[in-house]
Amino acid sequence: MIPIKTIEDTALRLMEKAAIEIPQDYLDGLRAAAKTEDGDLSSFVLQAMLDNYEAAKEDRRAMCGDTGVPRWFVKMGNDARIEGGMIALEAALRGATATATQSVPLRPNRVHPLWRTDHNNNVGIGAPEIEYGFEPEGDWVDLITVHKGGLFGTDYRMLFPSDGIEGIKRFYLDSLVAFGKRGLACQPAIIGIGLGGSKDTCMVLGKRASVLRTVGSRNSDPRIAALEDELKELGNSIGMGAMGFVGKNMVIDCNIEVGYCHTGGMQMSVHAFCLSSRRSVARLYPDGRVEYRTDPDWFTPYQRRDSVDWAPETEAAE
Amino acid sequence: MKPREITLSTTPTDADLAQLRLGDIVYLDGLMYTAREGVYMRALEDKANIPMELPAQSAANFHCSPAATIRPDGSFDMGAVTATASFRFAKWLPEWIAKTGAKLIVGKGGMSSKDYKEYFVPNGAIYLSTVGYGTGALLGRGVENVEAVHWNEELGLAQAMWVIRCKRMGPFIVASDLQGNCLFERENAKISERIAAVYEGTRPATLKRYGETDDRTDEVIG
Repeated sequence: MIPIKTIEDTALRLMEKAAIEIPQDYLDGLRAAAKTEDGDLSSFVLQAMLDNYEAAKEDRRAMCGDTGVPRWFVKMGNDARIEGGMIALEAALRGATATATQSVPLRPNRVHPLWRTDHNNNVGIGAPEIEYGFEPEGDWVDLITVHKGGLFGTDYRMLFPSDGIEGIKRFYLDSLVAFGKRGLACQPAIIGIGLGGSKDTCMVLGKRASVLRTVGSRNSDPRIAALEDELKELGNSIGMGAMGFVGKNMVIDCNIEVGYCHTGGMQMSVHAFCLSSRRSVARLYPDGRVEYRTDPDWFTPYQRRDSVDWAPETEAAE
Repeated sequence: MKPREITLSTTPTDADLAQLRLGDIVYLDGLMYTAREGVYMRALEDKANIPMELPAQSAANFHCSPAATIRPDGSFDMGAVTATASFRFAKWLPEWIAKTGAKLIVGKGGMSSKDYKEYFVPNGAIYLSTVGYGTGALLGRGVENVEAVHWNEELGLAQAMWVIRCKRMGPFIVASDLQGNCLFERENAKISERIAAVYEGTRPATLKRYGETDDRTDEVIG
């Protein structure tokens, strides 16, 4: 049984780490981009961002004043048990979100959509979102917090098989250019693309592709992986860099996730995880051990399974 | 070529502003206040008295909600500071600038050259953009002191009017000049020249979108 106190303490620590520490994979990606950038203004911006990450870590202050909308992903091994059950877990995550808003501090971004009332703690109706995933093995729980910006860089479109790859490229470029001008998407970003599913799941796939996969990761389907490479290059050939200034770095990486969809459609969503790609992960074990990392490792073979039964051992035996 | 760096007062003279060129990097000294839709609506629509002497105390309006909190003893903890996108405030800015004498509008993404020419230029105001976006920690270091938070009870922490004493706060980028030229439009134009080539090998979506023009005879197909 995983003690609830461990969950509370770890969740608070994760909130702080996400807001303050840029993940190493994104940092490496941005450093590589800064080396290739030759636009005067774009280069200045990338260097300022690299200085900013250092300042945030040194001062232990949030890297960006807009600290996004905190949300949680919970991944559990099939044998994991939580002290107090899932209700206690959700209370702990909501509590950590509120506490961290005061203690870091974070910007209290969350308000009622109509009445604009603000609890000043990033908690409210449906906030923070808590989403779940499961793995066939293990007695651990992974807590993942992501503080993604909430306004620009995301879009959805219903495409059809007749739109094809050409249509995918068009909507991809449209999204990047639309939100890249003036830097509204806070690029260079990790671009996540969702293909298929239904409208809602397509959005979920694209969002997860941007926030739950790391820079340098590739889809396990080699043809999708090749498309990821191609779209990354396409985005960086627009000639637009940071803040929409002339430059060659718009996309730090492009991640694609797919889901089976209606035979007549090809839903597509595009998401941009910004220059402050805030994510933080910890694995908690029943013996009280906590291991911190920044790779959510969400998209396992189990998450991408495509058959009725899950029987990985059969494949391994062949 | 490295951009030029300039230190500017938050109550700048006309001569200070006249020397600025698009793309210059600016660091600010002096008092700056945050004001966005909450403050604009309260001051301009509800006609509440603005709780500062403007522009004598500050001519710098920051489109910002800080990552900050008020401690139980009433003191302030301000961590990171970054701007929010300014184009959404075009509805209120002409009246605000005229009423408060703001010379520096500081935010994210700038406005259109039409906005600049219509109500920035006649008031001798320019636009400064934050950098990144998201140099929140660097800007946070430029906060020497939080002098006051006005209208917190009425508007909440995110929309309240924070009064910040800046000490070489930056970097910011000059995004408009006294002639109303727009840095972002200049960059857009350069990028647009070759964007057609990037679109080669793509095709427009089969299903169009309805409601994005005012032509109600539009159809989503064809």
